[in-house]
Amino acid sequence: MTAIEKIAGWLAGLLATFTVVFLLTPLVVTVAVSFGSSAVFTLPPSSWSLRWYEALARSRDLWPPVFASVKLAAFSTAVALVLGTLCAIGLLRGQFRGREAVVTFLVSPLMLPGLVIGIAMLESFRAAGLRDVWVSLVLAHVVITLPYVVRTVFASLSLFDFTLIDAARTLGLTYPKAVFKVLVPSLAPAFLTSGMFAFLASMDNYPISIFFTDAWTKTLPIQMLQYVEESPDPTIAAISTLLILLSIGVLVLGDRLVGLRRMADL
Amino acid sequence: MSTTRRFDPILLLAAPAVAYLTVVYGLPLLFLLGRSLLGTGGFSAFAGFFADPFSWIVLGNTVRSAALVTLVCLVIGYPTALVLARAGGFVQAAILVAIILPLSVGVVVKAFAWQIVLRRDGVVSQIFTGLGIWDEPQRLLFTETGLVIGAANIFVPFMILPIYSVLKLVDPRLGEAAATLGASPVYRFFKVAIPLSLPGIITGIAFVFSMAASMYVIPSLVIGDRFQTLATLTGRSFLFMRNEQLGSTTAVVLLALTIGIVVASSRLSRRLGGAA
Repeated sequence: MTAIEKIAGWLAGLLATFTVVFLLTPLVVTVAVSFGSSAVFTLPPSSWSLRWYEALARSRDLWPPVFASVKLAAFSTAVALVLGTLCAIGLLRGQFRGREAVVTFLVSPLMLPGLVIGIAMLESFRAAGLRDVWVSLVLAHVVITLPYVVRTVFASLSLFDFTLIDAARTLGLTYPKAVFKVLVPSLAPAFLTSGMFAFLASMDNYPISIFFTDAWTKTLPIQMLQYVEESPDPTIAAISTLLILLSIGVLVLGDRLVGLRRMADL
Repeated sequence: MSTTRRFDPILLLAAPAVAYLTVVYGLPLLFLLGRSLLGTGGFSAFAGFFADPFSWIVLGNTVRSAALVTLVCLVIGYPTALVLARAGGFVQAAILVAIILPLSVGVVVKAFAWQIVLRRDGVVSQIFTGLGIWDEPQRLLFTETGLVIGAANIFVPFMILPIYSVLKLVDPRLGEAAATLGASPVYRFFKVAIPLSLPGIITGIAFVFSMAASMYVIPSLVIGDRFQTLATLTGRSFLFMRNEQLGSTTAVVLLALTIGIVVASSRLSRRLGGAA
């Protein structure tokens, strides 16, 4: 190893360390603030308390949006997993011109501005006479979750050797059984990863949801932004800390099931 | 390539998703575009928009802040992806956790946390004055620097992951082979490592730039109303000012900008033959 390589490696390590600290900063701040006793956000807190967790337990504005968001994210992710997997198989196995363009279209909701998508949907839904808040939210959130599934399952499938299914059939399995025993297990990590990213994207969506929520049905990010703008206190830090704990649980479980490495296949 | 190829029925599996996105997402966007370009006063609305100097400030703010965010993400994201692809064990796990865990905290809460960090009495100010870099405490909150820091923090995973997914497939022996053939480290970096990871870099840049150009929540909390971008102006026009004419003009300009990036990046990476 030459000197210049050593310096380059050292520099990359330094920048990577910085990135890890940088990425975790808002999480550390959130957790620290949630255990502070003061309503003004001093860091580090002058004294520690659980009062914001008590406030959270008593809160009547925060829990309904939490449940609404979880329900919405779970349902739209489930729909996206089914539609997206079928779509990825169809697109990968059926060769045709312009396939790349179709894939780009399917993934594009990830990159186009949410506000503009929201406005366009709101106008079209209204023109079609659709006014139901819940139906509109589900329709919109499947658009948010579907690209993650298509992208990850498509990438995972393009590494899959489809002759394995023929091999399994030669060995005596029926076609559905061969698919279930061979294809499904090799796609399991892709399901887990894309499901996780899709679920979190739905949970966190503000710019599209804002056009479909009303005073009675609010999703978590919308309630939280209102909270931060109107009466900021560390109660939202407390609920975020609980969400961080939940994700640590999911990460540990995911690591056991498929390994942390494969969970990063976005 | 034969023109009379038989239709492959397996393509029907893709039909529900494609039809769904066409009806619920593609057509509404087309209607929005059509109505704003062809509708009453459509063309003059755009002429008016581009004649107004304020619009150019807004456009400049949008492109400049998104470009800065993308640059910061690339500078810290590429080395991180490289370390992630080469490392194993604890280092790899630490980076992966640092990428995935913050996704569980919403954008609202992260922007709120950066409000606290970037204040005059915040952690950054304390560290910089403590190190003697700053003579007196400064606030980064409500500045463009603060906005870029907060936004880069939220979008950097979308730079790291596409680059990582390409780098982990690169055979490390290629670099060794180049070294054996006498290539210098600098030459190897620019002629071997960078070209091999280019599809990931392009995807990462396209993701981060288009997300940063479209961000709405982060600027509203970190920089405030003085700094308007196409996205914040669109949001305010529709949600607060009820000025749908202005809102749909800025929405279409923003849409055109991001569609341009999506199309350009997918063409570029296809030409490079990358699947990222």
